[in-house]
Amino acid sequence: MVAHQPLRVVRCGGSKLSGARAAFSADAKYLLCTSGDYVKVYSTATEECVHILQGHTNLVTGIQLNPQNHMQLYSCSLDGTIKLWDFTDGILIKTFVVGYKLFALYMLADSEGSVFIIIPKKNEDASDSFQLVSVKLPKTPDQEVEAKDLSLILDDIGRSPKCTAFGREGEYVASVRGLHLLVHFFKKKKTNRFPLSGTSRKGANNYFTCVACHPKEDCIASGHKDGKIRLWRNFNHKREYTFSTLHWHHDVVMDVAFSVEGNSLLSGGVESVLVQWRDGSDCKKEFLPRLGSTIEHISVSPDGTFYCTSHTDNKITIVHSNLRVSAVIQGLVKGSDVKTGLVVDPRTKALVLNGKPGHLQFYCLQTDKQLYNLDIVQQEYIHQVGLHQTELVKAAFNTQGSWLATVEQREDKEIELELQMKLWNYDEQTQSFTLNTRINMPHEAHITALCFRDTDELEDATPTLVTAGKDGRFKVWMLVNDSAEKPSMSWSCGFVGSYHNYPANSCCFSEDGSLLAVSFEETVTVWDSDTWDLKCTFCHPPGKIRNLCFGRLSCSKYLLGTTDNGFLCCWNLLSCALEWSTQLNVIVLQPDPLSENIAAVSQLLDHSDLFVFKPNEPRPFCIQRNVCRERVQWAVFIPRDVPESVGSEKHQWLNRSQLYMLTETQDLLTFSTKSPEERLTPSSKQLAVEESLPVTPFYLLLGKHRRQQQSKENAELGTAVIQSQLPQDSPEIKELLHTPAHVLPSASFLCSIFINSLLISKENKSSGDVVDEVEMDSEKAEDESDEDVELSEMEQDTNPTEFLGEIAPKLSKAQEKELRKIRRMDYSWVAAL
Amino acid sequence: MASYKPVVVQSFPKLGEKITQDTLYWKSYKTPVQIKEFGAVTKIDFSPIPPHNYAVTASSRIHIYGRYSQEPIKTFSRFKDAAYCATYRDDGKLLVAGSEEGVVRLFDIIGRAALRQYDGHTKPVHVADFLSDKYRIFSAADDYTSKLWDIPTATAIVSYSEHTDYVRCGCISKLNTDVFVTGSYDHTVKVFDARREKSVMTVEHGQPVESVLLFPSGGLLVSAGGRYVKVWDVLKGGQLLVSLKNHHKTVTCLCLNSSGQRLLSGSLDRHVKIYSTTSYKVVHSFNYAASILSLALAPEDETIVVGMTNGVLNVRHRKHEKSKECLPKKKQPAYRTFVKGRSYMPKQEDFFVSKPVKSHLKKYDKLLKSFQVSKALDVVLQAHNRTPEITVAVMQELTRRGTLANALAGRDEAQLSVLMAFLIRYVVEPRFAPMLIKVAEMIIDIYLPVVGQSTVIDKQFLKLQEIVEKEIDYQAELLEVLGMMDALFATMTRKKATSLEENKTNGILRSPEQDMNN
Repeated sequence: MVAHQPLRVVRCGGSKLSGARAAFSADAKYLLCTSGDYVKVYSTATEECVHILQGHTNLVTGIQLNPQNHMQLYSCSLDGTIKLWDFTDGILIKTFVVGYKLFALYMLADSEGSVFIIIPKKNEDASDSFQLVSVKLPKTPDQEVEAKDLSLILDDIGRSPKCTAFGREGEYVASVRGLHLLVHFFKKKKTNRFPLSGTSRKGANNYFTCVACHPKEDCIASGHKDGKIRLWRNFNHKREYTFSTLHWHHDVVMDVAFSVEGNSLLSGGVESVLVQWRDGSDCKKEFLPRLGSTIEHISVSPDGTFYCTSHTDNKITIVHSNLRVSAVIQGLVKGSDVKTGLVVDPRTKALVLNGKPGHLQFYCLQTDKQLYNLDIVQQEYIHQVGLHQTELVKAAFNTQGSWLATVEQREDKEIELELQMKLWNYDEQTQSFTLNTRINMPHEAHITALCFRDTDELEDATPTLVTAGKDGRFKVWMLVNDSAEKPSMSWSCGFVGSYHNYPANSCCFSEDGSLLAVSFEETVTVWDSDTWDLKCTFCHPPGKIRNLCFGRLSCSKYLLGTTDNGFLCCWNLLSCALEWSTQLNVIVLQPDPLSENIAAVSQLLDHSDLFVFKPNEPRPFCIQRNVCRERVQWAVFIPRDVPESVGSEKHQWLNRSQLYMLTETQDLLTFSTKSPEERLTPSSKQLAVEESLPVTPFYLLLGKHRRQQQSKENAELGTAVIQSQLPQDSPEIKELLHTPAHVLPSASFLCSIFINSLLISKENKSSGDVVDEVEMDSEKAEDESDEDVELSEMEQDTNPTEFLGEIAPKLSKAQEKELRKIRRMDYSWVAAL
Repeated sequence: MASYKPVVVQSFPKLGEKITQDTLYWKSYKTPVQIKEFGAVTKIDFSPIPPHNYAVTASSRIHIYGRYSQEPIKTFSRFKDAAYCATYRDDGKLLVAGSEEGVVRLFDIIGRAALRQYDGHTKPVHVADFLSDKYRIFSAADDYTSKLWDIPTATAIVSYSEHTDYVRCGCISKLNTDVFVTGSYDHTVKVFDARREKSVMTVEHGQPVESVLLFPSGGLLVSAGGRYVKVWDVLKGGQLLVSLKNHHKTVTCLCLNSSGQRLLSGSLDRHVKIYSTTSYKVVHSFNYAASILSLALAPEDETIVVGMTNGVLNVRHRKHEKSKECLPKKKQPAYRTFVKGRSYMPKQEDFFVSKPVKSHLKKYDKLLKSFQVSKALDVVLQAHNRTPEITVAVMQELTRRGTLANALAGRDEAQLSVLMAFLIRYVVEPRFAPMLIKVAEMIIDIYLPVVGQSTVIDKQFLKLQEIVEKEIDYQAELLEVLGMMDALFATMTRKKATSLEENKTNGILRSPEQDMNN
């Protein structure tokens, strides 16, 4: 047995991407954004994560490109350090230790060697007043440097990085807090304060929320709580300042930003509409609506081609400057409360949970990527605070993944509960779920549980769904053929059961689908699923049943239940008696679909513990204390594609499936036995990016050669043929590819050189054992345009490209002809070897 | 990003019977024409010859009606007492009828007096018909006998007296010139062959037989008596094929439709049921005002005529859709303009530029998209009075957006009266009630200060109040009924409930014991 490795709790899915303003690289090829303790580098073209900059030990609060060297990035964090990175290679260059919690970071182009940061006044957690200071970054070659040379600039300012902005060429800094705008001029060392009245007759709410400075003019834009945007001018006079108002937003303006040239202003807020104001006028505005959720931050790329908006639902949208969405970087959607719980899609093994409002998100855990969002509610989402929206509350798949049941509800104080159940069928052709049946008000009150009957694929049983509701009923829904003429299938209610009109809390089918357990308050009822007869009842007073599940495989004769007064009970279905019970405040009870194991997460005071046990054995074989501080809301076992061999016997239960848990703060946790180093092995991400770049015709030509070379090299490792030079290294190709098109000579002139460079030299060719067969149309081949030759190269999969590089650039005409003949021959026999 | 999602209009399941081909077919009749006769209509028979006049036997008269005539075009009234069973011959020129005095009379449909009179029965003759060779008449009477007559000589050929009670129905085989069937109150149906001295087959119906019918193929025999309609397989020697019990009173008449695919039965329970002759399931049924005694279908099912005990003749004509198609059509672009280029298969060298699919939003959706809530509500109130579900869906969408009150407020008299009219019409409909009650409450709240300024609106408010009060009364009554039914059901299921109780106590008792053990 290998050395005993402790089980570690690992967070997956990453942290929020919208923690701070994202930054573009100078050429807008990369987007840098903070994600918890990391900084992530994304490619703007492919939306793929290129690097993860790790090193901070607390939340990263701000990032800025180094104005002196735009391949470098400064980041600041709550851990009190400023780090300098080379983000193209993902290397940490320098660390400056400041020693205060840093809340924001600003850099100016001309102030070399000093940065501006926002720190709390007293360096405490509780402190709620902050100050803007400038720090001199010492120029020493050391890796880690102390930077203690702080000088106060502004006192008593807002903590948010959005509340402070630097003006044109760093002449002034503007900061907002509450009802005041502070402008500090560096040269005059003067601070102007502009107050606004708190409320007016019209119910305006003038609190500042964000500020931005015009890059070319003396103009400050500020966003307010009531949705107004004010453009301040002439603010170097304390009295004769002016401002104009732009009003479109109906709710808080979350962020404003000027474009690079300053001719347009961008703003966004709760409405999730990106508004572009041209020339600062109220009438010339353009919209990009329906961005999905509240816009938190807006940033602009230095070359002005892209904007990007960070959203509350863990999403970054990259927008072209003509307001077309060009890319979306979407993490695990963490916007709303997860009511559906964690569900596994049996088809893709993806994790399914609430996504965008009214959507189900399918999240691939292997690649940590969102697969897609399924629109369940199919209603226009109105982004407005305080609206009672239709929520998706329940979702369940059947064992084959061919049916999906969802429940949505809308609750309002004034209007009665609106419930809707939808049944979706998986369409093989379109590879997506299509709506089959919609049931209005399946129950009179909230639906508490929903489960499909498990059936084998061979068994030809009608698909059956059970819903339990607070109206004291459980209903059995069956797939029936509803009309005699057309073979259309739809779901209808087959049986309604109740038990003394107690509200039903949960329901569960046994593994073979023969028994249904439904809990009514304190009583568990067991029903025969063929005749829908009540078979027996169990009770463990006093305490309402919270969770219910049947044992699996060899333990299928046991039924487990947890009560809200802290008991875990196990009943034997054969003897109809309580097998064992234990005092444990179980929050989540989750069976492993592939083994007998059952995981129970209990909540004690302020930490959660995990117990893994088998129903036939009241003693758990794995106890994991202190899984996390927050309350675990949901848990699920996800079957692994390949069984993993876990060394320790104690952790055998993780072999075939993996346990995922979702906490109240919507962190997705799982267990890993690997050490942190193992997990963080650098992947071949760089390669992945290259491969996923958009395909150009030249890439098709050259990339194919390269791949063939690689495969050939692998195949003919033993032979003496050695690839020495890549084709694109030849001067002709370089010339062709790197010279701007408008200065190049005509294509017909270039092509012969280009093609020559691709040809095979005679010496090497002889080793290829050429067959005598020669095509007759060699004369014609000459007349053909050179593109055709290129094309034919692409078509012939097995060109002997390993010789390409060693071509002597000059060949006699006869040789050339000969070569062309050879190139046109069928080389498929090579592949056969 | 994602495009605007239009308002979801809820579709509600159609309540009541499902729409099938049959319901569509049998519903396509015009509103019935009612003709009052002198007495109960005992027999209706269509002439096999166009224009398919029909003879109606009622009391002591036989009326002949044209297809669309409301008045009889001819009347035979030379009967001293009730006439029975006026039946056409195959050529439509002769008519035979039995009578209460026991005489069978033969009429020419042009003439007035009887051509022949066949005396021999001693009791009322309820059945008379031509055999399919056209030269013989068969009759059956309450003297338990059935006779065959030669038409020209007016002499009886054969007399069968096998029945032991009144013979009240009979029919002839269209295929065999000698075979006929009689049904009697002695619960039997007998098949006779004129060439034999005795009946060739007897089937036991079980109730007094009111009507018999042979299928055109002659292979199946249908008898009706009591509440049952029974189908017998003649070729298998009179084996019972199916017994139908779909009426709750005596079935009095049977009839096949022109294609032979559907069997119709009329009953004293005022219903005509239509069965499929393949599955013998009821596919449709008609409802009439009084008990039905006779029933006939015109060729091609053009007309359904039903005679009832109260002397009313109910005539339904088939609707014809042709008239609609003749209307001048609006000139529209030819079909090929729409499909132009659709079938073009892109060649290999073609670049395929896909045209973005334009989504057309409804007018109310366009208005909702731009947040013009009041206008959106106006649009659905005006244009979609025929589709209240759209109006209600828009109202629901407005509540979801929290702007329903804004949309309802600020209306003038005309706009408000449209809204009120909608409410009055649909507020009690269960599909819309939850939403519309809320709308009504809001309207009352909003417009309470201005009540009394407009008589139109005041009237509508009063009407709304009246409707709502009536509905409340209904609901209270229904609750009472429900309570009564619950009481009934409770007494029926008491036995089972007690067994459940036992189970439960077992479970409770057991678990603490186990607890102790643990």
